[in-house]
Amino acid sequence: MWDYTDKVKDHFLKPRNVGELEGANGVGEAGSLNCGDALKLFLKVNENERIVDASFMTFGCASAVASSSALTEIVKGMTLDAAAKLTNDDISDYLDGLPKEKMHCSVMGQAALKKAIADYRGVQIMAKPGEIVCECFEVTDLEIIDVVKANGIKTTEIVTDYLKAGGGCGQCLERIEEIIESVHSKG
Amino acid sequence: MKIVYTDNNATTKTADEVIQEMLPYFGELYGNPSSMHTFGDKVAKKLIQARQRVADLINADPEEIIFTSCGTESDNAAIYSAINAFPDKKHIITSNVEHPGINKFYEYLQKNRGYEVTYVPVDEKGLLDLDILDKNMSDNTAVVSLMWANNETGVLFPIEKIAKKVNEKGIVFHTDAVQAAGKIPIDVKKAGVDMLSLSGHKIHAPKGVAALYVKKGFKFSPLLIGGHQEQGRRGGTENTASIIGLGKACELARENLSVMNTNVRELRDYLQTRLLEKIESSSVNGDLDQRLPNTLSIGFDAVEGESILLMLDRDGICASSGSACTSGSLEPSHVLMAMKVPFKSAHGSIRFSLSHYNTKAEMDIIVASLVPVIQQLRDMSPFWKNGKMV
Repeated sequence: MWDYTDKVKDHFLKPRNVGELEGANGVGEAGSLNCGDALKLFLKVNENERIVDASFMTFGCASAVASSSALTEIVKGMTLDAAAKLTNDDISDYLDGLPKEKMHCSVMGQAALKKAIADYRGVQIMAKPGEIVCECFEVTDLEIIDVVKANGIKTTEIVTDYLKAGGGCGQCLERIEEIIESVHSKG
Repeated sequence: MKIVYTDNNATTKTADEVIQEMLPYFGELYGNPSSMHTFGDKVAKKLIQARQRVADLINADPEEIIFTSCGTESDNAAIYSAINAFPDKKHIITSNVEHPGINKFYEYLQKNRGYEVTYVPVDEKGLLDLDILDKNMSDNTAVVSLMWANNETGVLFPIEKIAKKVNEKGIVFHTDAVQAAGKIPIDVKKAGVDMLSLSGHKIHAPKGVAALYVKKGFKFSPLLIGGHQEQGRRGGTENTASIIGLGKACELARENLSVMNTNVRELRDYLQTRLLEKIESSSVNGDLDQRLPNTLSIGFDAVEGESILLMLDRDGICASSGSACTSGSLEPSHVLMAMKVPFKSAHGSIRFSLSHYNTKAEMDIIVASLVPVIQQLRDMSPFWKNGKMV
């Protein structure tokens, strides 16, 4: 069984802000049915660009639900600029940590938030920059480089924990290893 | 909180009768069965009885039974022995729904020992494609190994029919009967298998003890090379208390076989019917007839298995799932994927596996818990709207 913190359990069994949000003016989706987790985030932003309300709908495991619930609690009352700076670690920290295999749940929260903000601002999120490395979960080399740099990751397993990349068919694991090496060799 | 335990394909409660049978051999009767004194011989005599009891469950002769430490050891020893018996043959046939206890060993043989492994596919009901099996057996095939019953879905392979085909070609046949033993009648003589694995903790014996049936006359080569124990086929001082427990459990399993195929089957069918009735967009994984009497794998659209399990856990209900998230991997179970179960229900598949200790009242508790759990998760799911999948 996963070693979930009391906060994760609490937000899973009693999730806050569930359901569609009436009057939402920023909606972001991340994940997919095939991946096994997906999140739809609803934001209600006022004229001062402050998030006055937030809600979510999530398909996924306990940590996906808890991460979504935590995310809505974190962003409520924040300005969009502040919300845009949130990272997956902020979500994980709010929950007193996630098992490392479940870090991708917090990454999904961050991704949905980015999309919801872009939706509110009417900005098109361009097709992901970079080159797809993991076909199963559509993860690019740039995303892998980012997460490796930010978290000082040394192994493919940890990349998989964060991004899912390499967790499907496994064919891209060698490529991920090359990316990790190149990031660290460049210092 | 009262626990409702319906995860018997994972492991079972050690039967009270088994514990009573074992207790003296942890305590005052600690002798080594190999010793040249009456004190040790008392234990040796009890092991003879245990071996007979295990043999009786599958209609083997006692000298055809080797005691091992777990199902994985039995499986590994069987395959290792088969390939050693025919060192020039470099091909193995199995299915794509086997247990990791044997699958990982094939991967090792493929990577490091130059073996070619054919994984015979199953259809949407989990049934084996016998044509493909036929077409792939060749002079180069060292062993065919197929599970008797699938641990996740309970689907049965027609082992007697398969063994006949394999025997005709003169190829060694092993079956992993870890889930089948004690749940359906097994007769190794009638089935014509060369080797068969079974495990204690799936049939109300303790963990850490299992057996491998090896047909008389088969040239067996041991995996654990050591002392003369098990007729030189498995070195190491016997795990006496556990072996005695396994013997008792096999005796009980034989007595309970009809209960398993009447009462337990009825309970499983009752649970299945109630859940399908009460929860829309739910479906059973695997063939309904060719299936263990105690196993129900059921998928719920638009929800995820780990969440279901943890909410059931809150209500004291123990089950397991074919979902990715519970195992730490990201894909749903290889068994459900092999059966091409769609993602929408594969991720939300739950396995209930019963034993004769379960009651109808417990099935009602499961239904009463699961109906609102699925509703709550669907209310939260972005893939569920107005009573259907979107």
